[in-house]
Amino acid sequence: MQGLASYVLRRLLLVPLILFIVSVVTFALGRYAPSDYVEIQAGPSARPETIERIREERGLNDPIHEQYVTYISNFLRGDFGTSVRYRGVDVEDVIFPRLWITLQYNIAVLLLTFVIGIPVGTWAALRRGTWMDPLSIGTFVLFASVPVLVSVPLLQWLFAVQLGWLPTGGWESREILGVEIGLLSAEAILPVMALTLLGVAGLARYMRAQVLDVLDQDYVRTARAKGLNEYPIVTRHVVRNALLPIATLMGFELAALITGSIILETLLGIPGIGLYAYESIGSRDYDSIMAIVLIGAVVFQLAMLVVDVAYVFIDPRIRLSAEASA
Amino acid sequence: MSQAELAAGVLETGDLRPVSQFRFLRRLLRRPVAVAAIIIILTIYGAGILAPLIAPFDFDKTDLRNTFASPSSEHWLGTDRLGRDVLSRLIWSAQTTVIISGLTVVGGSLILGVSLGLISGYFVGRVDNVIMRVADALYSVPTFLLILIINATLKARVDSVFRDMEDITGIGGLARSGAPNIFLLSVALSIFGWVGMARLVRSQVLSLREANYVLAARALGSSAPRILSRHLLPQLTNLMVVTITLTLGAVALAEVSLTFLGVGVQDHASFGVMIAQYAGATNVRAHPLLLFAPTIIVALLMLSFNLLGDALTDVLSPRRR
Repeated sequence: MQGLASYVLRRLLLVPLILFIVSVVTFALGRYAPSDYVEIQAGPSARPETIERIREERGLNDPIHEQYVTYISNFLRGDFGTSVRYRGVDVEDVIFPRLWITLQYNIAVLLLTFVIGIPVGTWAALRRGTWMDPLSIGTFVLFASVPVLVSVPLLQWLFAVQLGWLPTGGWESREILGVEIGLLSAEAILPVMALTLLGVAGLARYMRAQVLDVLDQDYVRTARAKGLNEYPIVTRHVVRNALLPIATLMGFELAALITGSIILETLLGIPGIGLYAYESIGSRDYDSIMAIVLIGAVVFQLAMLVVDVAYVFIDPRIRLSAEASA
Repeated sequence: MSQAELAAGVLETGDLRPVSQFRFLRRLLRRPVAVAAIIIILTIYGAGILAPLIAPFDFDKTDLRNTFASPSSEHWLGTDRLGRDVLSRLIWSAQTTVIISGLTVVGGSLILGVSLGLISGYFVGRVDNVIMRVADALYSVPTFLLILIINATLKARVDSVFRDMEDITGIGGLARSGAPNIFLLSVALSIFGWVGMARLVRSQVLSLREANYVLAARALGSSAPRILSRHLLPQLTNLMVVTITLTLGAVALAEVSLTFLGVGVQDHASFGVMIAQYAGATNVRAHPLLLFAPTIIVALLMLSFNLLGDALTDVLSPRRR
C-alpha cells in the first residue's frame, strides 16, 4: 500500500502547484495587461490625484511580487477584492451565491448524464448489427456534436416560444429548509436539459465503444462458455470493465461543463458564475475575473483529484502498477 | 472541445496500423458518411475562402430601409435588424473560421505540436520529461477560462502593438481590420492546442525510434534533425491528418464560443457575433429565422467534423467497432 499512498501524495502535491501556476498567470494578466486598471476602478471622471491615491492605497506602486503575495494572502483569507460592476461590493459576496446556482444545475446534469448515458450506451452496444444500430449511433453523434451555443437557442425557440411549456430564461430560487434552491423550478428545466442532452450523447457514444471492446475479451467468452446467463455477464463483467476508462472521461466532462455553463448562462440570463464571468469581462472587472478563474481552477482541480484517486481505488491494475513503480 | 480531445485520446490508446496514404484515402472515400462530411466542410470552408468573390454584400453593409426582410432573390436569406444581408454575413463568418482555424492548426498543431512531439519522443529523458509535464499541466487546467482571460486582458495591449507596427511600417488599416484580435485568438488557442498532437507524435516516435531503419540511419551517421524529418515525420502523416481534422472542429467551436462571449474576433464577421445578435428571448420570439441561419451552419460544421473524425479513426484502427 506504500506505493498507493505515494501516488495519492504525489497527485495531491500537484494540486497546489497547478493552482500556483494558474494564479501567477491570472495575476500577471490582470495587473500588467490593462493599462487603465485604476482608471476603471476610479471611474471615468476621476482626477489624476485620486487615481494616484488609489494606486498608493491598493499597493499598486509596490514591486509586483509583493503585490502578488498580498493578493494571494488576501485571497486565501477570503478577501477577493472589490467588484467594479457591482460598485463597492466585495467579490466574495457576489461569487459564492452565484457559484452555488451554477453548481446546483451542474451536479444535476452530471448525475443525469451518468444515470442515463451508461445504460443507453450499453444498450446500444448490445444491439450492434440490428437496424437500431445506425439509428442510435446517428442520434448520439448528432446530439454530441451540437454545441450549447446552438442547442440552447433552438430549445428555447421550441419549448418556450413555439410550445410555451417553459419560461424563456432566468432563474427562480425558493428557500427550502433554509437553503436557496432553484433547481426545482420550471426555469431549471431548459439548462439541465440542454447540458444533459450533450453529456448523455457523448457518454453513450463512448460507452458503446467501450462495451463493444469488452465484449470481444476472452473473459466474456469464458463466461458465456461456462453457460452464464446474458444478464449477469452484462452487469457483472461487461459494464464494470467498460466503466473503468469512463472515469477518465470525467475530466473532459467537467471542462465541457465549465465552458457550457458560461455560454448557457449568458444565453438564458441565469445569474450563476458563468454569467458573472461574462459580465465581468464586459465591464473589465479584473478583481472579479481573477477570482472567477481561480475559483474555477480550484473546483476543477478538486473534481479531477477525486476522479483520479477514485480511479486508483476502482482499478486494481493501476494500483498494482503504481505500487510496482514506487 | 471535449469530443475532439476524446477522439484524440482514443487514437492515442488504440493500436494504429500504418496504412499507406493511397489505401487510407480510398478506404475513407468508400464511406458515404465520410464523403458527405467532407463535402459539407469543403463547402463551408470554400465559401469562406472565396468570400470576397462570392459574398453578394459586405458583412457590415447596412440598409435601414430594408430591415428584417424576408428571403428574396436579392437577399437569399433575408436581412437582419440593420438590414444586413444574412447570407453575406454567413459567408464572411466562414472566412473568419477558416483564418482562425488555419492559423491555429499551423501554429499550434503543426509547428508547436509536431516539433515538441518529435523532440520529446526522440530525445527521451529530461527534455521529454519537461515537455510532457507541461502538457499534463495544460490538460489539468480549465482551458476555456484561461483562454477567456488571456483574450480579455491582452486585447488592449495587442491592439496598441499593432497600431505601433502600423506607424513604423506605414501599412494602414491593420488594427481596424480585426487582425489584432485574430492574431491574439490564434496564439491563445495554439498555446493550449498543441498537447494532443504532441502526445500522439511522441507515442509514435517512441515506438519507431528503435525500428531497424532508424537504427540503420543512425549507424550511417545521420543527424538527429535528418532522422526526424526524413525518416520519422513521413510515417506520421496519416495520424497528423486525423488530429488536424479533429483540431479544426474544436478550434472552430472555440472561436465561435469566445466571439459569442465578446472576447474573440471583433470588427469582423463571425458566427459567434451572429448568434449573439440573433439569440435572446425577444429575437427568438420575433425573428427565429435569423437565428436558424448561423446555428444550423455551426451545427452542420461540428457534426461533419465529428463524423469525419469517427470515420478517420475507424479507417486507421479497424479493430474498433
